[in-house]
Amino acid sequence: MCKDKFRSKYKHQQHVALRRNMEKMSRVTTALGSNAISGRTMFCHLDAPANAISVCRDATQVVVAGRNIFKIYALEEEQFVEKLNLRVGRKPSLNFSCADVMWHQMEENLLATAATNGAVVTWNLGKPSRNKQDQLFTEHKRTVNKVCFHPTEVYMLLSGSQDGFMKCFDLRKKESVSTFSGQSESVRDVQFSMKDYFTFAASFENGNVQLWDIRRPDRYERMFTAHTGPVFCCDWHPDDRGWLATGGRDKMVKVWDMTTNRAKEIYCVQTIASVARVKWRPERKFHLATCSMMVDHNIYVWDIRRPFIPFATFEEHKDVTTGIVWRHQHDPHFLLSGSKDSTLYQHMFKDATRPVDKANPEGLCFGLLGDLAFAAKESLITSDANRKPFPGGDRRYPMFFFKKPDPTEQFAHVSSALSVFETDLDSHRMDWFVKTAQLYLLSGKPFAELCDHNAKVAQELKRPQVSTTWTMLRIMFSDPANLATPGPNHNLGKLGTLPLMNSFSLKDLGSGMGAESRLERSKGESRQDNIHLEPGNSYISNNEENEETEGSEGHPEYMFGDAELDDDDLYSMEHDNQTEEQEYTLPQEAFQLRHEIVDNPSAPEHLQQDKADSPHVSGNEAEVTCLTPIESFSLISISQPLFSPHLPASFFCPIVREMLSYYAEQGDVQMAVSVLIVLGDRIRKEIDDLTQEHWYMSYIDLLQRFELWNVSNEVIKLSTCSAITCLNQTSTTLHINCSNCKRPMSNKGWICDRCHQCASVCAVCHHVVKGLFVWCQGCSHGGHLEHMMNWLKSSAHCPAGCGHLCEYT
Amino acid sequence: MRHAVAPAENVENHSFTVTDLFKICTHCERLGKKVRERREGGRNRKKKKEKTAKRQLSDLGIRIPRPLGNGPSKFIPEKEILQISKVDSRTQSIFEDAFAALGRLDNISLVMGFHPQYLESFLRTQHYLLQMDGPLPLHYRHYIGIMAAARHQCSYLVNLHVNDFLQVGGDPKWLNGLFEAPQKLQQLGELNKILAHRPWLLTKEHIEGLLKAEEHSWSLAELIHAVVLLTHYHSLASFTFGCGITPEIHCDGGHTFRPPSLSQYCVCDIANGNGHANHHDDLLGNQDMCGEVEVLMERMKQLQECRDDEEASQEEMATRFEREKTESMLVVTSEDEESGPPRDISRHFEDPSYGYKDFSRRGEQVPTFRAQDYSWEDHGFSLVNRLYPDVGQMLDEKFHMVYNLTYNTMATHKDVDTSMLRRAIWNYIHCMFGIRYDDYDYGEINQLLDRSFKIYIKTIVCSPEKTTKRMYESFWRQFQHSEKVHVNLLLMEARMQAELLYALRAITRYMT
Repeated sequence: MCKDKFRSKYKHQQHVALRRNMEKMSRVTTALGSNAISGRTMFCHLDAPANAISVCRDATQVVVAGRNIFKIYALEEEQFVEKLNLRVGRKPSLNFSCADVMWHQMEENLLATAATNGAVVTWNLGKPSRNKQDQLFTEHKRTVNKVCFHPTEVYMLLSGSQDGFMKCFDLRKKESVSTFSGQSESVRDVQFSMKDYFTFAASFENGNVQLWDIRRPDRYERMFTAHTGPVFCCDWHPDDRGWLATGGRDKMVKVWDMTTNRAKEIYCVQTIASVARVKWRPERKFHLATCSMMVDHNIYVWDIRRPFIPFATFEEHKDVTTGIVWRHQHDPHFLLSGSKDSTLYQHMFKDATRPVDKANPEGLCFGLLGDLAFAAKESLITSDANRKPFPGGDRRYPMFFFKKPDPTEQFAHVSSALSVFETDLDSHRMDWFVKTAQLYLLSGKPFAELCDHNAKVAQELKRPQVSTTWTMLRIMFSDPANLATPGPNHNLGKLGTLPLMNSFSLKDLGSGMGAESRLERSKGESRQDNIHLEPGNSYISNNEENEETEGSEGHPEYMFGDAELDDDDLYSMEHDNQTEEQEYTLPQEAFQLRHEIVDNPSAPEHLQQDKADSPHVSGNEAEVTCLTPIESFSLISISQPLFSPHLPASFFCPIVREMLSYYAEQGDVQMAVSVLIVLGDRIRKEIDDLTQEHWYMSYIDLLQRFELWNVSNEVIKLSTCSAITCLNQTSTTLHINCSNCKRPMSNKGWICDRCHQCASVCAVCHHVVKGLFVWCQGCSHGGHLEHMMNWLKSSAHCPAGCGHLCEYT
Repeated sequence: MRHAVAPAENVENHSFTVTDLFKICTHCERLGKKVRERREGGRNRKKKKEKTAKRQLSDLGIRIPRPLGNGPSKFIPEKEILQISKVDSRTQSIFEDAFAALGRLDNISLVMGFHPQYLESFLRTQHYLLQMDGPLPLHYRHYIGIMAAARHQCSYLVNLHVNDFLQVGGDPKWLNGLFEAPQKLQQLGELNKILAHRPWLLTKEHIEGLLKAEEHSWSLAELIHAVVLLTHYHSLASFTFGCGITPEIHCDGGHTFRPPSLSQYCVCDIANGNGHANHHDDLLGNQDMCGEVEVLMERMKQLQECRDDEEASQEEMATRFEREKTESMLVVTSEDEESGPPRDISRHFEDPSYGYKDFSRRGEQVPTFRAQDYSWEDHGFSLVNRLYPDVGQMLDEKFHMVYNLTYNTMATHKDVDTSMLRRAIWNYIHCMFGIRYDDYDYGEINQLLDRSFKIYIKTIVCSPEKTTKRMYESFWRQFQHSEKVHVNLLLMEARMQAELLYALRAITRYMT
């Protein structure tokens, strides 16, 4: 565009703006002076559902259009008064079946409608006859979705249709002056820019928005994709020239800044249903009203800076709202709406519901490890400040978030304070849960051994009740034949001592930890690996050092020293740490997968560990008997022979069932599920499937929150509920990308469609890897597990020859 | 093809497993053929293998089933169907995917292979509906599929899904009849019946009855899933009959144990054009119909041009719709010869006499459904996507795909804009269901669709089980098979959308 032209255009626009400003000023004064607009929330019944409404410039009349209705109502103080029925004639023609209507904002007598049969009709209220129809344009082949008058030009009318065309009509002529093609994509909305004389926006069914210059019908100025799926509506900001709001089927309202080179999304509001109409609120820069096309009947007014909660809501309609319009273009307090429920409403803004007032500004959430976060209104917190919510050694961090108050924002200001409470009481920690989950054995060994093992685990974690439960289960359900053979006396002895040894020996290790473990530590290398591999321990702060020392075996003191340092801070936890180290080897036994991978390097350790354990077991037998828990236990073992030793296992089932329910109710669903799995058929029939399923689901959920994927998977696998086992059968698709071109492999097989190369080739044998693929995270080369292992035993370099020094651990 | 040699351990089994084996064989063959074509001789070797396997089996005293009829369709020659996948690598990869996902490559997919773009979208949707996460359990989905297909006595689909149903662990007892199924599914019977034949009678009371039935009640999400499944299988039944899909070899009616007769050809072969004596006498038929395509094109051109000249009045437009509506009723589809459905299928539904009835007959005036007031794009989609996420999107894509599918060809003519013809077909079907587009001139339908075509459409859409090969052949004689399949796709999707619109509208009304 040549510069002069541009300038003249600019001048013109300035002029228009000036004129409009003056107009606005004068109108505001008249509005205020004569107090033209007043009223209350009111409604009237229409005879038929409305499709669209529009008001005349002076805000005294409203036109309602629909398939079977086309009427003008006067807005009076207390009520709507029907002024005129435009639907005349004996046989109602389809031209009266309106999809949209617009009242000219300059010319009081001029109306335009878009008919569902593709006609664009204009109406002149000044006509003396009953039929006010003025012009009829039947150029569109499909339904016309939208008509729009030019805001300042009297004779210019724009229409957008399903057939993919937009047409500009000069009302003094019989046919359209120009046609804009949307490339056979249906047009849903057209809107003239309020500020730019020549510009209009069009929104399309495929999610695009186009900007056109009215003088250039050959090609759009600009196009961008605004939504996924149809864009049902758009609206220019009445004051800010660059802002365009769009609403789509994807339930979003977006505000675009069009002044920059690329349309930039500056605000986005997510609503709960597809957005049918959007209208900026006059005199409120950040407010807009929306209504939806389906399901949701309310009208929302949003402050776009607060996209999560509507600023105001109007809930009067009983069916979807189809048309909304602000009554006066400079008055933000009146909203008119028409609906499919055949009513026309005037809403007073002061009567609107304010969801903010009802919203609960308090939030409470438990962290995974027992921490508690609490957000509340600042006022509440400060008044409470003297009281300590958690007595004792809890630490408290009140944090205050302030939003910079914006004078234009009319939202109720809520500044909330967020407090985080950390627990370091042992009783509140969830460590035991994680450890128990990892250490429990649920299958793979005889029943008695499983019980013993689990009892041991529980004991180490200082949960004597759980531990005792396991031991009791062992006694109750062990094969009676085994027990019976050695004779009652011997039986007693066996019952008494064997579990004792196993369950308490390690406990003893734990309690008498101080000296022993320190001794072991000084042995250094044998322990060191434990520290590295120990999952989720409290040495996390040491991780970096750990990694440095990894692989080199000569720095045991280093590690040791660090642990010492930690002891000061985490004095209370020292105890736990030690036990963890002791236990660490167990998960290796429990998890097949893990086992395979770390198999070789850790195997010798196993033995050592076992050796270390065994002497303790034998050596501490005597001590064990004097520990307190044993008394409760020995009671049981003595009471046992009072019953017949041949009691069938089923005798205990009701008790066990009660016990499981008890644990589940206490919140220890872990225990319930573990026992359920270990007991298997012995108890399963006693408990109804729904309860079982419920327990499983809760436990799996918990496990997954702690990211204990392996355990959760094991539980799923071992469960017998069909609803649970099928969890493992969903989403089993694995999507792979080609390692060469990084594109998804669409084809079946191992050859990439695009680059015609085999994907994931082993760097050693150059065959395709179809199972486990290991790769170096440094150079991303890899291959078969065993190939890589063998290779890296003999060489430190990458087998692909890239020169990277790969490490296999 | 190795499978065929392996079954030594299956010897004690009855013919069922053997037919299963042959299913795999034939399906592999379809895929394999194309691959092997490049390596000459491979195919022969395979044939030989198959033969030896068969001989081994018969030596073991096992009766070997023989496929009844060649090829996936009774109407379309087999070689033409297999031709496509050989040429088009895209089709082939879709076939491979389908085979990998389902362990079979059914005849429907093979026939749809004429239109790979569509097939892809179709299979994705169907896979999602049946296999992926959704509110209904897997065996319910297949059972609903059976119910829907049985409504049209489509034994092909019923058999297919009976197998699937059992495979996902469905209770075989249910297959004895709807009365053996859970109460919840029985209640769906009514909806199934109305949707299949007279969807315009569906009211929100029906929906309410399903959603508020105490312990047997449906949830909204489940209901949407069920409705989508029902409509999917109703329309798929239309397609199955419309293209004359033959039974799969492993299903009832797909094979016979009768030795090949002396003449070497069974009836189907002959009807199929697969036999030696090709009875497809194009010559005679074409003599008097040779100008058909040209006439059609001329009419389209005329309509395009004279659209603006002749301005039909509003009343005229309205009457044209009514006329088309009533006329579609007059297109009689041998309705009166009430032949009861075969025994074994009718047990899956109740009230077998309930069929399509033209909706404004005998004075029961049902208001016309205005497409502008409740459209798929604006309303239907939102509702489905809200309650059954992703499916709305897939259906939307599928409808869009089929509505816009064109190769710009008509028979032998190239570069033809067929949008007008496609729209006429689409709107004609919706018209039969009482859905009216304000912006459509129903006079066009009369111009573009001739009587035999209308009969075909009406039969397929309203009572597909009555389709005959003659009907298939008597419309659009000069058009290619792929084009006729294209028409079938249009019919199927238009019907599905129409049913869906009625069902969704009822649900929407219930919700408001």
